[in-house]
Amino acid sequence: MSRLVVASIGPASSVQDGGRHGAQRYGLTVSGAMDRLSLAAANTLVGNEPFAAAVEIGPFGASFTARDGAVRVAISGAPRNADVAGNPLAMDSSVTLKDGETLTLGFARGGAFTYLAIEGAIKGETVFGSLAVNARAGLGSPYPRPLQAGDDFTVDAASGTPELRIELPKPPSGPIRVVLGPQDDEFDDANKALFLDSEWKISATSDRMGYRLEGPAIKHLHGHNIVSDGTVNGSIQVPGNGAPIALMMDRGTSGGYPKIATVITADIGRLAQTSAGTAFRFKAVSMAEAQDEARKFAQMIKNLPDRLRAADGVALNIEALSDANVAGYAVSAVDAGTWQVTAEP
Amino acid sequence: MAATLPPPRLLPSGDSAVTVEFSRTIDDDANQRVLALDKALAASPIDGITETVPTYRSLLVHYDPCKIGFDALGDKLLPIAIQPPPPVTKARRWRIPVAYGGEHGIDLEDVAKALSTTPDDIVARHAGGDYKVAMIGFTPGWSYLSGLDKSLHMSRRQSPRLLTPAGTISIGGVQAGIQCLAAPSGWHLLGRTPVRTYQLHRNPTFLTEPGDRVTFFAIDHKSFEELDRAAEAGEIVAEQVNA
Repeated sequence: MSRLVVASIGPASSVQDGGRHGAQRYGLTVSGAMDRLSLAAANTLVGNEPFAAAVEIGPFGASFTARDGAVRVAISGAPRNADVAGNPLAMDSSVTLKDGETLTLGFARGGAFTYLAIEGAIKGETVFGSLAVNARAGLGSPYPRPLQAGDDFTVDAASGTPELRIELPKPPSGPIRVVLGPQDDEFDDANKALFLDSEWKISATSDRMGYRLEGPAIKHLHGHNIVSDGTVNGSIQVPGNGAPIALMMDRGTSGGYPKIATVITADIGRLAQTSAGTAFRFKAVSMAEAQDEARKFAQMIKNLPDRLRAADGVALNIEALSDANVAGYAVSAVDAGTWQVTAEP
Repeated sequence: MAATLPPPRLLPSGDSAVTVEFSRTIDDDANQRVLALDKALAASPIDGITETVPTYRSLLVHYDPCKIGFDALGDKLLPIAIQPPPPVTKARRWRIPVAYGGEHGIDLEDVAKALSTTPDDIVARHAGGDYKVAMIGFTPGWSYLSGLDKSLHMSRRQSPRLLTPAGTISIGGVQAGIQCLAAPSGWHLLGRTPVRTYQLHRNPTFLTEPGDRVTFFAIDHKSFEELDRAAEAGEIVAEQVNA
């Protein structure tokens, strides 16, 4: 066995996986990775199951050191500078850290969450099948809280597998797609149109529980109190002040505000990776289209191993640079109280 | 052929869940139908359903759209949902000890004043109730109870408290509750129970289930301390009565 030691890490970084399913009926939050595709890509690079437990790194920098042997890791998600002993590491690729070597990651350039997968996955004690951190309920393993410098994972010794990169499809651009409902009938046509036709920005006070949206106030038809009912990842609820909140992975299992729409599964990770302050729009799609996209998304994750390529240094770096250019965000400020980066396009 | 009830509304909750809504208001008959549908789906699972979440008035059904589509699932759910719920014969009943008032129930005196009566009378009316777990939600183990005595219905606090203690026994509107973890709350705090409705390394992790019956009995603050220690050590300090 080797160890991977957290040498430094910012807030809002924690162990996450596919989430804790089956106990929402008891009020237990699902948790899990904010961007499932990036989690799956990082895991696939090191030969893990797509939703195995990995480190979800918030928008700040982080560094990890191999101890007691070599450790093979991979990164995917929000783009950032990465290097091992002075050698740059491209996003969406794997690397083997020799005993004593450190992987250093910079601030996220656009988006927030980068996933560090470890060959053999993070080991711990599952609760309802998951190691995901849910700090409010004291759940998560090996650390039931956000990670801190000095935390230490016991991991498999590196296998010696040649390094890989993964060619991910270009993320769809354009509006975040939603299915209207379950309580869209609590809003009149003018307010539904206002929701769908307006530009929105994610507030810097957002977190893993919910993304607060800044834009016009959405008015309810009959007031903002409904009898609590169940929520899902991507539920967009409208509280009394009319400012919608997109419920994310650490959401409560039930809620008492009308939910005007629900983000489709294929776009939740895109919403999660939208930087605070960046303008975006929603678009309503039919249930048939949403489910078709959900099936394609599941199929793509299943077929991620087909997208693996041998890592080839120079070509890869050029590609990584151009990728970063596509993302094209410069960090202008970081809210110290939350994980959110304020970025300018 | 048995009579059927009006069909519920199927409300899309994104591409991987559907809300089966029986009522827009808190309604015991609707909750009965929610729990009956939940039970029926547990007894004869529909392929593709991954998880169900009962609430006061609706059942949220999570499913895998790779296995079943919205329309096909709706076609399977509706015939079950319009069946009259079977009469409840064998509900589990929990007797939950509560230390009322004082530091454990800081709103007891105010509630008594607001209702022009004595704290003892409020305790008698609360503990004398016959409750049902209508749903569990918000935080792990938070059991929402129906069956609160009408004379105890009162609106929630103007300003919610940011933190209320683990084990809080409270009332809000027409509802009563057993709270497990420390959490924000706008309800009136009548007392505290040493019972953990959620405890990680205990079997079972979750004590209460939607549909369980609940009654309360008063204990003194010294007994609370003793039972609290036992509960912390993993003991289930609620009494189970099989009705």
